[in-house]
Amino acid sequence: MKTEIKTKKSKGGLMAWVDERFPLSSLITNHLTEYYAPKNFNFWYFFGSLALLVLVLQLATGIFLTMHYKPDAELAFGSVEYIMRDVSFGWLIRYMHSTGASMFFVVVYLHMFRGLIYGSYKNPRELLWLFGVAIFLCLMGEAFFGYLLPWGQMSYWGAQVIVNLFSAIPFVGPDLSEWLRGDYLVSDATLNRFFAFHVIALPLALCGLVFVHLVALHEVGSNNPDGIDIKKNLDKKTSIPLDGIPFHPYYTVKDLIGVSVFLIVFALIIFYLPEMGGYFLEANNFIPADPLKTPAHIAPVWYFTPYYSILRAVPPILNSQFPGVAAMGLSVLAFAFLPWLDKSKVRSIRYKGNLFKRWIALFVVSFFVLGYLGTVPSNVWGQFSSAIPVIGGVDKATVVARIFTITYFLFFALMPYYSQKDKTKPVPSRVSYK
Amino acid sequence: MKILTKLFLIFIFVFSSAGFANEHLVLDKAPIDLNDQASLQRGAKTFINYCLNCHSANYMRYNRLKDIGLSDSLIKENLLFTAEKVGEPMKIAMTKKDAKAWFGANPPDLSVEVRARGSDWIYSYLRGYYRDSSRPTGWNNTVFDKTAMPHILWKLQGDQKLNEEHHTLELVKPGTLSAKEYDALVGDLVNYLTFMSEPSKLKRHHMGYYVLLFLGLLLVLTIKLKKEFWKDIK
Repeated sequence: MKTEIKTKKSKGGLMAWVDERFPLSSLITNHLTEYYAPKNFNFWYFFGSLALLVLVLQLATGIFLTMHYKPDAELAFGSVEYIMRDVSFGWLIRYMHSTGASMFFVVVYLHMFRGLIYGSYKNPRELLWLFGVAIFLCLMGEAFFGYLLPWGQMSYWGAQVIVNLFSAIPFVGPDLSEWLRGDYLVSDATLNRFFAFHVIALPLALCGLVFVHLVALHEVGSNNPDGIDIKKNLDKKTSIPLDGIPFHPYYTVKDLIGVSVFLIVFALIIFYLPEMGGYFLEANNFIPADPLKTPAHIAPVWYFTPYYSILRAVPPILNSQFPGVAAMGLSVLAFAFLPWLDKSKVRSIRYKGNLFKRWIALFVVSFFVLGYLGTVPSNVWGQFSSAIPVIGGVDKATVVARIFTITYFLFFALMPYYSQKDKTKPVPSRVSYK
Repeated sequence: MKILTKLFLIFIFVFSSAGFANEHLVLDKAPIDLNDQASLQRGAKTFINYCLNCHSANYMRYNRLKDIGLSDSLIKENLLFTAEKVGEPMKIAMTKKDAKAWFGANPPDLSVEVRARGSDWIYSYLRGYYRDSSRPTGWNNTVFDKTAMPHILWKLQGDQKLNEEHHTLELVKPGTLSAKEYDALVGDLVNYLTFMSEPSKLKRHHMGYYVLLFLGLLLVLTIKLKKEFWKDIK
């Protein structure tokens, strides 16, 4: 399995001078021009490189926003408006950053879904997957901390609700949430520390994790839509995988198409739909934070709503909200266990049986329904008539959320059972192409 | 796929039987046209004369009115009431503490109010005032029940009365403007407030064309580039 490290040195000129001191030519060879990727990548394989692109965009726009933003409860809201109005192209930088946050999740969710359907988490890619889960957690933290910074009503009350979740943890909860806030309620102290986390702590962690994610990827090699190990079929003379092609130039030029399409979508949103109907920028967040006025309906940004739905769906037990909080945490962490939950003999959905396909379809439906329900108040569909036993008088949306919360978790919990029982198809030895 | 179909059916059933029981407020559509500079200028005049005494627009600088076709000297001579220089923002003299004591609520800063409430809401709100002797200000509102703000434009609109039965408003005492003129005045004002909530909006829309044109070209080139490179992959 071990990748052969090639040492390559340029013969003369500047490159030779550099190679004497830094393995530049070897790096280019090992990671680009002679890094062999399966040739059968499809649509789903664009989102890894796109995630990297969005990361770079967020870092770049973030640096410029930091130059003008003031992390101060008195000045924060105004400084964002100052960026929107008085800073040259400030509106563009700000919209790129706010749209980038949502698009980061779009791209990462699609990237994760790719891993899910093609079994990219299975042996030998468990660590690669775990690094990915860590990136996802980091990204959630980054988005959460960043959302407080505009200091609007939704920023404020969203942070209030989320930090309060920690107070549901038995024994240490109340002290823990106070410690996180640095105050008895979300305040200037909270804003300052969230700013620190958002602009330095988490971006640093993210970049580090992305680096190890890539190192792990290049160690084990990419999976592919067939889930076939291309290193098993090597050319006898050159020992290059028969189904592999050099990442550069083949995938660099292919990814450029992905980048172009992505940028078109990105530009359409930035220039024509920056609020995205209230999903990317919420209307309530254009009202400055007011600790004395609780908004009637507090909802997180769309990318957190499936987990938020799960939190709301779990009823309190013994007057404690902790089960809901634990369920929410578990719903995110569940992804980390996939490499050991999936007992299937094959990786890709192409060769898995109907059982797996049904469960993954159920999971996707659950994710979307929970995601939608998280954006609306739980009385959105009214209540069941009190004549109905058991569920009479209960919010319809809550019952639906409970059903889908259960299917969400069953997808993971029953995986060892159904993935083993599933009738798989024989896997060919070579990848299918065209 | 049996389970999935069943679940889907249940879902659709719940969804369709849900209905929309919420009490819904029908808002009138505000006539927004950010390209109509005459309307924006009339709106700015109304805003500065009527609103900018209790409401500030702290993030809007006077000289940003140049975006709607005014010049520094025009602004200085006609609109600069609450500041010394055209580069200053639209502040007000009333303190938050006084405002709270006098009105019971702080009049919100209006810089980005349209982005929080929506232009239709403000358009309907400013046309939704009616006489109500039970309120301290003597006014109530169909859009914002028990609003703390008195009807500032009442001399222009006149007095409206609420028809409790049909929940409609009737003009009982005409103001200095006809109903049509009043609607136009509020329309211009809301148009201006919309401009003020995001002065770079038109520039944004304009720039988008060029960016998309460029990206469209980039897409064509990258597709051709990929085809050229990949033609030998079998």
